[in-house]
Amino acid sequence: MAKGNEIKYLTAIKAEKRPKKYCRFKKMGIHYIDYKDADFLKKFLNEQGKLLPRRITGNSLKFQRKVSEAVKKARQMAILPYVTDLLK
Amino acid sequence: MKKRVIFFCKRLHFVRKSIYLRSPKKGDNQFYKQKNRKMSNYELMVIFTPVLSEDEYKAAQKKYETLVTDNGGTVMHTKPWGLKSLAYPIAKKTTGLYWVMEYSAPTSFNEKLKIQLLRDESAMRHMFTVLDKYAVEYNAKKRSGVQHSSSENAGQ
Repeated sequence: MAKGNEIKYLTAIKAEKRPKKYCRFKKMGIHYIDYKDADFLKKFLNEQGKLLPRRITGNSLKFQRKVSEAVKKARQMAILPYVTDLLK
Repeated sequence: MKKRVIFFCKRLHFVRKSIYLRSPKKGDNQFYKQKNRKMSNYELMVIFTPVLSEDEYKAAQKKYETLVTDNGGTVMHTKPWGLKSLAYPIAKKTTGLYWVMEYSAPTSFNEKLKIQLLRDESAMRHMFTVLDKYAVEYNAKKRSGVQHSSSENAGQ
């Protein structure tokens, strides 16, 4: 059996490591997400005004739910559009 | 097996009966009274039609504020946003007069306010939001001018 340090690879292993995603609300200690703040909510939407999934934003489930509620409220009050193109 | 099911059903019936036929106690009424007296924090956002004049806009705001105070509530803060373009047309209008009111009122009050808003033709749309303690804190901070705005901190 070859030891770990004796193994030689033909191609270099990718050493690049992505920084781990984190929930920005947890990190910053934000408890309330304001539905009136359209610019902030736009960070969680794609160009068509759809909500971005958790796997991209990195939100925890608790805050993703709050974000989605805030976005839906904003949509009802015509602060954010339901459907668009080129939101950003 | 069957016997047991029948027995269980009978028991259920008995339990239910005992709930329905229970004589009202002193505490019952008080419980409901307390429930009505309970206060909560709310936020109301209304979109008025853009055809309102400045005076009418102010009168409409005043009307709902007095309605809150008359029903045993207190208005914490009001903020007229003024004319703002809508993200999509409502009632064939592309702009609206926004108004936000933060208040605390008995839990039974919102139903009354809702009826008034639905009757009012100048109010195109309205929405109630229940504020939890974090929301109240956030609003108070924002009002006092502290740059706590979540967009500032979580921006990166």
